[in-house]
Amino acid sequence: MGQLLGGLPLTLELASISISAGIVLATALALLRAGLRPGAWFVRGYVYVLRGTPLLLQIFLIYYGLGQLGWVRHSVLWPFLRQPYWCAILALTLNTAAYGSEIIRGGLQAVPAGAVEAGRAAGMSRPLLYRRIVLPLALRQALPAYSNEMISMIKATSLASIVTMMELSGIAYAIISETYRALEVFLCAGAIYLTLTFLLSRAVAMAEAWLNPHLRAGTP
Amino acid sequence: MTAPTITLTNIRKSFGTLNVLKGISLTAHEGEVISIIGASGSGKSTLLRCIPLLEVPDSGEIAIAGEVVRMKTRAGRPVPADAAQVNRLRASLGFVFQNFNLWAHLTVLQNVIEAPVHVQKRPRAEAMAEAETLLEKVGLADKRGAYPAQLSGGQQQRVAIARALAMRPRALLFDEPTSALDPELVGEVLHVIADLAAEGRTMLIVTHEMAFAADVSTRAIFLHDGQIEEQGPPGQLFNAPQSDRTRAFIARHLNRHSA
Repeated sequence: MGQLLGGLPLTLELASISISAGIVLATALALLRAGLRPGAWFVRGYVYVLRGTPLLLQIFLIYYGLGQLGWVRHSVLWPFLRQPYWCAILALTLNTAAYGSEIIRGGLQAVPAGAVEAGRAAGMSRPLLYRRIVLPLALRQALPAYSNEMISMIKATSLASIVTMMELSGIAYAIISETYRALEVFLCAGAIYLTLTFLLSRAVAMAEAWLNPHLRAGTP
Repeated sequence: MTAPTITLTNIRKSFGTLNVLKGISLTAHEGEVISIIGASGSGKSTLLRCIPLLEVPDSGEIAIAGEVVRMKTRAGRPVPADAAQVNRLRASLGFVFQNFNLWAHLTVLQNVIEAPVHVQKRPRAEAMAEAETLLEKVGLADKRGAYPAQLSGGQQQRVAIARALAMRPRALLFDEPTSALDPELVGEVLHVIADLAAEGRTMLIVTHEMAFAADVSTRAIFLHDGQIEEQGPPGQLFNAPQSDRTRAFIARHLNRHSA
């Protein structure tokens, strides 16, 4: 168990970086999707491809595939892209951003037209309107659905073990290949994932309550 | 002589094949309280929404305090030429919506200071102090920390009025401010609006409340089918209308209310 927990920091790192970068990218994609045609079509294609193919395949493509391209090997990004760590983060981020952008798109659509109109009537510029009114309302709306996606991402970090990352699942697999105690080790690993996802869902619930005092019952 | 607060010249607007405004001209001078009445579909809300460019007229000219809104043509449709100008002019008008349209994620106080702080870039402390005064004025000082969902419709509309006032507007535009309210909540909102009228604020009020309109306005305009059918002092328009249509409309309305 102690050995397994040694993989926890890497799991947490992979999950937290890709989830946070994913939210930023997802928001940008969702805004692009809501905008003019070329951008919207790009996002549609992006979401279609990344949702329609297995994450495992995407990790393989980035880790093994990109190295085949000479211009990638000679680019400034190569020091990053040659490392499985950054490849895993890149794949996880791009993947979660695709799902996330659809969730945030739903949030954007749920923003009441009246709130937007009140902002326009008050003389808000478009960027100000989005920053102060539209995005705060849309992200609040999207948060419950987004917590699902975050939980998926915690579990998806286990796929990074396939490109040599020794996170939780990678270590579990290594222990088993030495000890042949698959049941105990995988159950332990499972318990750790369960704890993580439980803590995450509690944290999101608390964030929801904190961000949405206006939806809480009772008196002010 | 100073320029009129609002000048509309020959405003036309259609939605698809539906001609809503058929060339309306209207001037509101400082201190005037103008009520705009008319049947549903007569174009009164559209007319009011054209003033801050929430609807862009197909043709005609809008001027706020003498400053003409610059327009250009894009893809055959007129659009404002200068978004910054439109935002600046909008910020100089206070608009009160039928459905309040408060920002649900902000408290009452935050709703009121939002535009003064972020659009007009006024110091937060100053905006807060002014907001407190305005909330007191609309009788909601104790609700400053509440969220819109925790308020009744009448309270929400009074917050919306405070929010509009916080812009220090040249004119207040009310778009059927009591139409979405339960009957027992109408009075508190009309009371606040009447107080503002008594202060000599420039206001345009689209309303179905005939008695209220007759009471507070300095001029009443009856809109019929996208045109001004008749206008004049409320005493004249409501008690001795010149046009048959106006007479019929007012009679119908009085009957409905006494029924």
